[in-house]
Amino acid sequence: MTGAEIVDRDFLDARARLLDLAAFLDRLDRAADGAGRDDPRVRALLDAMRQLGSTEPGRVARIQVALSDPTTEPIDRLPDRGAAGAWTGAAHGADR
Amino acid sequence: MRYLDPHAHMVSRTTDDYRAMALAGCVAVTEPAFWAGWDRSSASGFADYFRQLTEFEPTRAARFGIDHSCWLCLNPKEGHDRGLAREVLAILPEFLDRPTVLGVGEIGLNKNTRNELATFEDHVALALDRGELILIHTPHLEDKLKGTRLIIDALRHAGADPDRVWIDHAEEHTLGLIRDAGFWAGLTLYPTTKASPARAADMIETFGADRLIVSSACDWGDAAPTGVPTLALELRQRGHAESLIRRIVFENPCDFLEQCPKFRRPARG
Repeated sequence: MTGAEIVDRDFLDARARLLDLAAFLDRLDRAADGAGRDDPRVRALLDAMRQLGSTEPGRVARIQVALSDPTTEPIDRLPDRGAAGAWTGAAHGADR
Repeated sequence: MRYLDPHAHMVSRTTDDYRAMALAGCVAVTEPAFWAGWDRSSASGFADYFRQLTEFEPTRAARFGIDHSCWLCLNPKEGHDRGLAREVLAILPEFLDRPTVLGVGEIGLNKNTRNELATFEDHVALALDRGELILIHTPHLEDKLKGTRLIIDALRHAGADPDRVWIDHAEEHTLGLIRDAGFWAGLTLYPTTKASPARAADMIETFGADRLIVSSACDWGDAAPTGVPTLALELRQRGHAESLIRRIVFENPCDFLEQCPKFRRPARG
């Protein structure tokens, strides 16, 4: 596909997803306790979003890596919860 | 377009889903053993599940002209329980001998614990000892990259032949790792997690179609049973050749699965 064909086909979908992301952040700002923006997952998301401004290809893979557990050894204890979508260090388990 | 859905948890799906898949051109599914959404209390619970996968589900699929075969194991989510794992591994060989069982799977890791890794290594040893194909589940989300690396290291240490191992649930940051190590890589199509049909098409364009298998997953969560034909449509809309699409949705899975003599390649139609 040409660049113009890709834009013609996918722009509105990408625009809608960008607005959904902005709406999510606005929703957090309106939260009754105002605490959502401090959630480690949200902070990780905001940090990963900087990749959207990059001009280098491979943005998806870099975002995936930015949200991944960077450690290399298996852990001893099973954490209390399943995958959260963003590695947040100690929040995942004390033995990480 | 005739296609295979080689990673499809049909026990989670309704008869209407079988009908939708058949109407879309599905001619065969292979169903890995997986976590039921709750932990089973004993090995006998697994024995019943293995009977469901090898006796009841093929009959249900056959009503829609779909061949059903399966993979058996204790799944990674319950693999942390080493006692249960030993009990299930003890009963596994008698079920692996059944005529529609293609190999050991989907084994792997969930939260990357030492116990999960030990259970994974036990399954790999059993599979290599019996000459079985292996289907691997890589962990979810933030645990996937680390888990994929641990799995590849363990397979290398065990001496597994990469041609006979399919490492599934790959994404942009793990697909290259898997294929560079010589293994077959799988993409599972989901609306929000793992790979959407559009991102799967992007990965095919970026990495190529060699040793690549795509599936709809069809699990009990938010997963569309027609993910594979949706990907085919996405590729067609982007102008890709029918020969590439057929390779991805039919030839590739057949080429891998045919390494098991119990697998019957469907007619191309």
